[in-house]
This record gives sequence, C-alpha cells and structure tokens, in this order.
Amino acid sequence: MAFRVVHYINQFFANVGGEEMAHIAPELREGKVGPGMAFETAWKGEAVIVNTIVCGDSYFAEHEKDAKEQVVAWVKEINPDMFIAGPAFNAGRYGYACANIALEVKTQLGIPVLTGMYEENPGADLKDKILITPTANSAAGMRKAAPTMAKLALKLMKGEVLGASCEEGYMPNGIRVNFFEKERGAKRAVKMLINKINGKAFTTEFPMPNFDRVEPGKAIPDMSKVVLGLATSGGIVSKGNPDHIEASSASHYGEYDIEGWDALTAEGWETAHGGYDPVYANENPNRVMPIDVLRQMEKEGKIGKLHRYFYSTVGNGTAVASSRKFAEEYAQKMLKAGVQACIMTST
Amino acid sequence: MKLELGFIKINDVQFSNECAVKDGILYVNPEDVKAFVYDHDDCKAYIKSINFDIAKPGESVRITPVKDVIEPRVKVEGPGGLFPGFVANVDTVGSGRTHVLKGAAVVTAGKIVGFQEGIIDMSGPGAQYTPFSKTLNIVMVCEPVEGTKQHDYERAVRYAGLRAASFIGGAGKAVEPDEVKTYETLGIKEGIEKYPNLPRVGYIHMLQTQGLLHDTYVYGVDAKKIVATLLNPTETMDGAILSGNCVSACDKNTTYHHLNNPVVAELFEEHGKSLNYVCNIITNENVYLADKQRSSDWAAKLAKLLDLDAVLVSEEGFGNPDADLIMNCVKNEKQGIKTVLITDEYAGQDGKSQGLADSDPLADAVVTGGNANMPIVLPPMDKVIGMLDYVDYCSGGHAGSLRPDGSIEAELQIITGATNEMGFNCMSAR
Repeated sequence: MAFRVVHYINQFFANVGGEEMAHIAPELREGKVGPGMAFETAWKGEAVIVNTIVCGDSYFAEHEKDAKEQVVAWVKEINPDMFIAGPAFNAGRYGYACANIALEVKTQLGIPVLTGMYEENPGADLKDKILITPTANSAAGMRKAAPTMAKLALKLMKGEVLGASCEEGYMPNGIRVNFFEKERGAKRAVKMLINKINGKAFTTEFPMPNFDRVEPGKAIPDMSKVVLGLATSGGIVSKGNPDHIEASSASHYGEYDIEGWDALTAEGWETAHGGYDPVYANENPNRVMPIDVLRQMEKEGKIGKLHRYFYSTVGNGTAVASSRKFAEEYAQKMLKAGVQACIMTST
Repeated sequence: MKLELGFIKINDVQFSNECAVKDGILYVNPEDVKAFVYDHDDCKAYIKSINFDIAKPGESVRITPVKDVIEPRVKVEGPGGLFPGFVANVDTVGSGRTHVLKGAAVVTAGKIVGFQEGIIDMSGPGAQYTPFSKTLNIVMVCEPVEGTKQHDYERAVRYAGLRAASFIGGAGKAVEPDEVKTYETLGIKEGIEKYPNLPRVGYIHMLQTQGLLHDTYVYGVDAKKIVATLLNPTETMDGAILSGNCVSACDKNTTYHHLNNPVVAELFEEHGKSLNYVCNIITNENVYLADKQRSSDWAAKLAKLLDLDAVLVSEEGFGNPDADLIMNCVKNEKQGIKTVLITDEYAGQDGKSQGLADSDPLADAVVTGGNANMPIVLPPMDKVIGMLDYVDYCSGGHAGSLRPDGSIEAELQIITGATNEMGFNCMSAR
C-alpha cells in the first residue's frame, strides 16, 4: 500500500488568489492540489497525497494559534504517514507558516515532517528543529525542489537512516553525518584555497561551532572553612579501572573514595586517559589529581576539608553533551554533600 | 629542489628465500629482514620476537593493535637515504631519484604501548575507512622482552618498522619503474621570476608532539624540540618526517601518510598552473601554552617572511591541538595570508556536539575528515594478525567492544587513518 501524505500549501499555490486572498482560513481538500502533483509524479505510486490543506498566509500570521489547532486536528484525524508543507521559496510569511506548522505537527503528532524554502527565508530559522530542503528563491525552482523533497520524504516514511545534509538535500541541522565525497580532502582543500585566493565563492565543510562559555565562580577569600570537591577530565581512576572508563569518548564518569589516602600512589591509582603519555601520571597520579598537596593544605588548615569522593572521567574525544551530562549529575552529588568549592583539573 | 619518484607497481607479495621484485611481485625473506632489523641496539634489547605475516586486500583479515604503516622505498640517486637520522645518515634528502614499491606496505603491530593503537580490516565495512585495506601489507607482530618500559618498546618497534621498510625497499633499487614523476619547487627569487603572477602558497604542516605515542620525528629529531622551520616538499618523500604516534588511530599520520603526503601531492598538481608552491613550514603541537604560542608565532612569521599569499594548514590529532590549529589560522589570517584548514571532528556519537575544542570566526574555510565518534560495527574476521586482547581499551573502544563472536562495536576513531587530517581520504561530514 502506498504511503499517505498530507500536504500544506497557501492560497497562492492553491490557485485561490494572491495577496487579496491571503486572509482565507484553513480549508481541507481531498487529494492533491497544485504543487502536490510534482511530488506524486516523483513518487511513482509509492506515496500519495490523501489531503491538501490550504491556508492564507495572512490568516496564519494573524491567527497562528487557531490555524495550528485546526491543522493539527485534521492531520490527527487523517493519520497520515507524513506531513509536507510548501515549498515556500522566498515568500516570507508562507515560509514562516510552513516551518511553524510542520514543527507543530511534528511536536504534537510525532510523524515525520518536511518543508522546503530559500535559505534566507525567515522560516529557515527552524532548520535545526525540522528538516527543510533548500530551494531557489522563486517558484521557478519547483522543478528542482520537488524531486529532492519527494525522495527525502520517501526515505523518512520508510524509516531509513538519513545521510549527510548535502547528500540528501536538507539544510544543515546541527547533526554532523559522515559521508564519502568524490575527491579526497587534500584536493578539496587545495580547490577551496584557490577559490579563496581568487575571491571566488567557497563553502566551508565545517562551520565553526558555537561554544558554551562558562563563567568561573567568584573567588572565595577564606578557604579555611570550605569543603573542597575535586573533579578531573584527566582519567585518574582506581588501579585496574574498575568502572571501565573509556580511553577516549567516555560514556560515564567514576566516583572514587579517598578516605584514608594522604596521597595517591602508583599501586592504588592510574589513568584511563588515552590522549596523553600515561607514564608520568601512572608513576605519580597526584600529578593529575593533587591529593598529596591538598591533604597537606587540609592539615595546615588552609582548606577546611576535602570531600570524601572525587569524580573522574576521560576528556579525550568526549562529546561536550556527554561532559555536560556527567557534570550535572556529580555537581548535584557534591552540593548534597555540602561541597562549597571545586577544583577541576584537566590534562 | 628536484626529486624523481620511480613507481614500481607491486601486484602481489609473497614470502620467499630472497628479497626481490620480479614482474610486479615483491618477494620477501623474513629472515633477511629480521637480521637487518636486529642489527640495531634497541631492537636487540627490547624485541623478543617478530612474527611476519601478509595481509592482502579483500581477505577476511583483521590487523590489530596497529602502530605504524610504512611504505618501502629506496634512494637510487642523490644524497642521503630513506629516513635520514634514523636509518640513513642525516644528509639532506629530497633530491635525485627514489624508487617506491607502490602498493606494498610494512605494518607494525603487537601488544599495546598505551591505549592508543588501531585496527585495519582488509575487507568488510571497516575496510572502506582505512587506506591500508587497499595495500599489500607485510605485517610485523613484535613481542617485547619482558619488563620492557613503554617508551623503550615504542622506540624499538618504531625502529623495527623503519628498518624493515628500508630493507624491503632495497629490492626496488635496480628495478625499472613503471612510471616516473618529477617534483620540483624553486628558490624564492627563481620562483618569483618564473611565476610572477601566481599566488605564493605554503603548506603549514602540524606535527603531533604530545609525548609517548604522540610523537613525530624530523631528521632524527623529536619534533617536540623543534621551532617551526622550513622543508622542501620533496624531503617528505624520502622520509624526512616519520611517525611515532597512533593515539586515536583515525587521525594520526602514519609514516606512510608522511611519505605520500596528499597535501604535498595536490599542491604539486597545481604548482605552476594556479599557484606557486613555495615550501612546507613544519610546526609542532606541544602541550604547553608557551610552546603553542611560540610555534604558531614562528609558523606565521615564516609565512610572512616568505611573502606567502596563502597557506594550507593540516592538523594532526584533536582536542588540545585544536588550539594550535586555530592559532595558526588566526595569526595568518590577521596578517592577510589566506588560510584553509584540514581537520576532523569529535561531534559525539549522535553528531550533535561541537566538533572542535577551539574555534574562531576567521576559520571560514575548513575541510573535514569526518566525525570520529561515529559508531561502527566490524563483523568477525576469519583471521586476526596480532591480538584482540586490547580492543576494549584502545581509543574508540569501550568495555564490551569486543563481542563474544569476534565482532567489534566501537567508534570510528579506532580505525587506522579513518579521519586523516592531511586529507588522505574522501570521507567528510556535513
């Protein structure tokens, strides 16, 4: 049986009228209307548009909540395999409507959604939340956009794993996917360099990531009463690595009891870290987790007390999302135990 | 400086009672190779045994833990010999003529030194990620003498591989190559006179230098101890730079990569046409901030001194060296030298995290070798050269990576050369 699709378009593409008809409320029609024809042609019977929803762009902009409720109610009732909106090309309000209604359907009903538009369309701001196929800036781009969107839609309905954005035809959505280029990296780099030298257009393969910048805590003037916690991404663990912390791309952290240890010894401790020369850390683990010095400071009353446990993971090749997850968890443990300050050592 | 490379196409490798190349077949006598390897104090002192094996493309063979891969070559004319400062004397290499046994490689393997060695699969899904599934591999599994310290073991195996590749390469000395290619870069003044209208381009080649299994050597010098300096591109083709590292094996340059540096090759392709390839600037990736500042300052200073219009920068490794990469980029861009970077990414298994440990808006032209955190499953192989004992501990592995049936579930970073940052492969990411 063919996959069933609901298609959302505006008054213009439904041939109802231009700006003067942009006020029309959503209406539900049977089968395909206007651009839906191009999708069905590309699907060759594997998928059909069971209903088309037509909505005026001004109506959506001015009654967004009502429009969304009505569209979601219909889609829920129809229960299709997929929801497609547009493509909207460079029509700003239409693009906004396509992206937002697609996101609403995805969020409310959990079915795959897809839209298409020009990269500078304001609707493209949602490209990290829903799949958007980049199109030309006018409807003349339909001939190219329709087969790309149709193919991508079919893949989504079949539940296939998506390749990289440039292969499948969706805007980069912040999820990096590997694929094979036709030319090796060095050749691509030299070509990019020649274009850059000559002032010609080039596209980086890796837009610089956005960084979380964490402000360090305020200085603590008197440490003599403070319970001090310790954490490290340097991979210091009990001898034998009982928690099996990975040498790279750690999936978890460990909690280690230092009660009774005046210093870490080579017999009791080691590093699990695969990203630096382990010999010196294994000879003297205090080089990474300075229990020796801190115990001395504890004795001298320079710090109040060392927290009984330290927390350790391997920073090597470990995703920021994983690191954040670990720290959120062990920071709570430290807070619960009354820790007031923490030293984080890295390597 | 001008070098002729004579490529002798090797179609098969076989063990024999002699070392020779006949009709495209490389015959290797393991006993002769061993005798040459052991004629060295470190190899004698620290390597208990060497077992030779051959792995060919398409076979159901897994090689692990892999330390280095080396292409057999031999100097035929001109000063010096292969691997100056290590196997040959330290004469400046890169001119005259060198023969290459194209299609063959020496692979060193054996008990791990750290957590860091890699895997080469000769067939199956893992094979498409490593260039060494396509070479005819002479594998040396080296067993250390009991009680050998990690640094000594690493050094001895490094020497063993280099010596074996030099010895085997010798079989091509008197053989007529199938193809000869000439590579030449010019002196500064000569280059400007010959190519007055072409942009002057240099290659900033970053070398991994973070300690055990993270080191690189230049003419016998540990590159941790160099300041940024200049090389003629052809020097790399004679083994001026060699690998002492394989940590997170996916993005470390083996000696094979250095000998066949793809950036050098691709810049030569455009040399005299769209650009004037001036030279290589080598710099390191030390762990201290002062070293990073000095090395990137010097690399940028040399680029300016040479009046370069543009540089291509290749990284080695990830994380800590990302800081060096961005420094090299920013310092050159700020002095008006257009810069392109080659790197790889650690974006998490889901591809959603930031893939570099440092960034700057000036890094607007970047080529990537892909996301090294990508999970992969490698099916069991009929034969293992080396040992599977360490799969769970190597970078990219985790407890349970090695499954009972011999298959491996790990991250791409465990595969030797998978996300190479010289741009050796076609893999990328978006």
